[in-house]
Parts: sequence; C-alpha cells; structure tokens
Amino acid sequence: MVGSGRLYGTVAVGGFRRYATYRAATAAGVFTNTVFGVILVYTYLALWDERPRLGGYDQAQAVTYAWLGQALYATLAIQGGGAEKELMSRIRTGEIAVDLYRPADLQLWWLAGDLGRSVFQLLGRGVIPFTFGAVFFTMALPRSAATWAAFVVAVALAMVVSFAIRYLAALAMFWLMDDRGINQTVMIAGVFCSGMVLPLNAFPEEIGSVVRALPWAAQLQVPADVLMGETSLWTAYAFQAGWAVALLALGRLLQAAATRRVVVQGG
Amino acid sequence: MRRVVVRRAEPARLGEGLRAYRLIAGMWIRSTTAYRTSFALTVVGNLLITVLDFVGILLMFSQVDTLGGWTLPEVALLYGLVATAFGLADLLLGSMDALGARIRDGSFDTLLVRPVPVLAQVGADRFALRRLGRITQGTLVLCWALLTVEVSWTAAKVLLVPVAVVSGAVIFGAVFVGGAAFQIVAQDAAEVQNAFTYGGSTLLQYPPTVFGTELVRGVTYMLPLAFVNWVPAAYVLGRPYPLGLPEWAAFAPPLVAAGFAVAAGLVWRAGLRAYRSTGS
Repeated sequence: MVGSGRLYGTVAVGGFRRYATYRAATAAGVFTNTVFGVILVYTYLALWDERPRLGGYDQAQAVTYAWLGQALYATLAIQGGGAEKELMSRIRTGEIAVDLYRPADLQLWWLAGDLGRSVFQLLGRGVIPFTFGAVFFTMALPRSAATWAAFVVAVALAMVVSFAIRYLAALAMFWLMDDRGINQTVMIAGVFCSGMVLPLNAFPEEIGSVVRALPWAAQLQVPADVLMGETSLWTAYAFQAGWAVALLALGRLLQAAATRRVVVQGG
Repeated sequence: MRRVVVRRAEPARLGEGLRAYRLIAGMWIRSTTAYRTSFALTVVGNLLITVLDFVGILLMFSQVDTLGGWTLPEVALLYGLVATAFGLADLLLGSMDALGARIRDGSFDTLLVRPVPVLAQVGADRFALRRLGRITQGTLVLCWALLTVEVSWTAAKVLLVPVAVVSGAVIFGAVFVGGAAFQIVAQDAAEVQNAFTYGGSTLLQYPPTVFGTELVRGVTYMLPLAFVNWVPAAYVLGRPYPLGLPEWAAFAPPLVAAGFAVAAGLVWRAGLRAYRSTGS
C-alpha cells in the first residue's frame, strides 16, 4: 500500500516536472490568459451593469469568476489538452499495450500524471493572471483562511472530475480510432458546460438548471461558489465527489470492456 | 552560415510566391480530403466551435436588451464582420502559429533551403480547408445582422461592408505574419500569438463602449484592430466613433491594412535574418 502510494506519487511528480520544463510556453500562456481575462472582465462588467445581481452575483463576484476561469483554464484542461491527448495517441499507435503490462493500475497511473500536470498549471499559469486581476480590478475575495482552504479542496476535487471526464473521452479511442472528433467534443462540451463563456448561474433558467447538474459544473462553477461563499460546503463537495466517483467507476468499466475486446493496433 | 541572396524583381518574386502557395495549399487539400468522413466531421466540428462563440453572445442577450448601449443586431454586425475577416485570414495564414514548433524540431531549416519564398511555404503549411467553417458561420451571422439591423442604407454604407471584410482579413493576416516573426525570436510562444489573433477577434466581437479607453486606444493606434470592424460599423450604424476619430476614418481600413501589411512584411524579413537554427 505504502509502496504503491510512493509509485503514484512519483508519477505525479513526473507529470509536474514535465510541464515545468517548458518555461517560455508557460510564460506565453500566462500572457494569453491575462489578455483574455481583461477582455472577458470588461464584457462581464457591461453585462452586470445592465443587470445588477444577474445569477445572484454582484459585479465584484462576476469579475472574480472571470479571473478564476482564466486561472483554472489550463489547470483543469477545460478545452482538453492534458493526459487524454497522450493516452489517445498511445491507444492509436498501440503503445497502450506497454501500459497494460505495467504492474500498476492504468487509471490511477494516468490520474497521478494528470494531477501533477494540473498542480503545475495551477501554480505556473493560474496564480499570475488571478493576482493581476485582483490588483487591477475589484474582486470579491474571502478574508478567512478557512474559506481559502475549502477552495483548495474544491479545486482538487475539480481536478479529479476533469480527469475523469477526459479519461472517458480518451477510452473512446479504442472504438473510434480517430481523435479529432473526440477532441472537438471535449472542447465544445468543456467550454460551454463548464461556464467559461458565462457563469452557469447566469444562464437562462431552462438551460441553466440542466448544465448546473452536469459534471462540468464541478470544474469552475462549484469552486467559484465555494470561494465566494455562495454555496454550502457539503453540498458542493458532495456534488463534486459524487461525479468524481461515478465517472471514475464508469472509466473502470469502460477500460475493462476495452481491454477485453480490443485487438491492439500494430505500429 | 553565409547565404548568397539572389534578388529578383519584386513582382516576379510575388508571382512565384503565390504560385508556390497555391501548389502547397492544393497538396494539403488533397491530403485532408482523402479521408472524406473525417474531413466532413472536422468541418462540422469547426463550425460548431465557432457557433459556440456566438452562442456566448446570445446567452448574454437572453438576459439584457443592450450591451454597452448596442443592441443584438448591432453586436451581430460587429461579430459577423470580425468573424468573416478573421476566418479568411485564418484560412489563408492560420497555420503560421505552428512556426514555433517547426523551429523547435528543426524542420524550419528545410524550408529555408528550398528555392521558394519562405513566407509562402509557412503560410500554406498544413492548409486546412476545414477553416471554411468559421467563414461560413461568420458570413451567416453577418447576413442576418445586415437584414435585421436598423440602418438607412446608402451606396457608401453598402460598399463599406465588403471593403471592411477584405481589409480586416489583411489586418489579421499581418498580425499572423508579425506573430510568426516574433516566434522566430521567442520560439516557444505560440500562445502569445493566440492572444493577439484569437484574443483580438474576441475583443472585436463586443462594442468598443464596453472596454476601457486605454484598451481601445491600444487596439486603434498600436495594433490597428479597431479598423477591422469598430470604425466601419460605427459609420454604417451612425454611432459615435471610438476615441472621437474623424468621419473619414471609416474609409481608412484599406490604407491601414496596406500600411500594416508592409510593416508586417518588414518585421518578417528582420525575423528571418535574425533566425538561428536550434541545431537539433
């Protein structure tokens, strides 16, 4: 047990260091997220100017939400681009056979690597745009350390849900063999249903009530509400953990089905 | 490495470049359309992704009647103009953001030794017909906006619409070229280029009244994006110009585009001269 804990810990650290290597790309990403943050914030300000208290947020909360979205964009690979890309290419080339031979659990292995990536992206790409936003715009940030701690837990759960969604997408490769359609689906669903375009609570009610129940809501909307004290903590955690467990379990089922029936592609 | 540069007359070089561009683009079209289902799916996917862009605006307008004082048809006009212009530039030069990757893996060197203008090679690299999706979507929104917006049309206003689209495409094309030149120096900075191309086109989807004066000034005088749609649309709609620009500014886009394209060309040449191979 301790030994396997150390194994997955090492994989996670590897994921972290792998992304930490590309410093120029990280700096460029920070710049892009900051530019998009500024644009989005101005449009939100105009919108909340017209409709104060839209979705139960005031202006400062809307601004906070916008910057949080930019900070978590790469962290949660909201439009895709984490472990699932590599996993898909390994399924296509047949290298997945090597992964299946390893004396480690396939899902946990990839989860660990992706969590390492997420943590790096949070520190490397998330903190600076968020701080920039806090310095130049009025944000609704909590004063109590306990709320910040609760927020960190919500982000960690969001990372697991994010991986679980993308792991399912990657496994679809076993049957579909072409990654473009999957990647586009991941992107469209991720950007729309996570509330990157607009906070999910500001959606028109009919669509809003649907998207707020989907797993993507666990990624950005729930951590944002935890940070700004707009939800009860246990409801938030139960929602996130519920989706995490359900999707990871579904991933295991799909993985079992895939490895039973699929003939590995030769190179 | 010393390079012997044989200078031929500019018009001949231009013709040669366009011919090379056509050949390379044609090759990529044949290669991507070989898998028909996959190609059709990616066109539809591309269309959906860009539709999502506009859905964001529709979602906002489901909650309000005006944004920054502009109505939905007026914002749709802004959106249609910028999406079509950006779509054209993206189709013709959109793969230039992959230049950084080519430099990192060393394959850029191969392009340099071929007897074909490098710009044509890089511009046509991975030419993707699926990008027609964005143009189609932009044009549809533009047509809807033109039909629904309340404007007393004059000949000048009608003429300005296609002029703005073409000029806007040239302006964004220049951003792509300038960004590629920057990547020669910075190498791992495709995202910076995205901030200006995708970021710029996102910015222009919203009325200038939404943004701070400093930002509007920046995208008018430093990077002339305002001439893609803000200024021409203000003329068509009879709205006050951003930054109180003079009346004739609405007809300046072709000039601005030409000037900006020349500047981008010079930056590109400077970038090429500064190129040092990674050696890998």
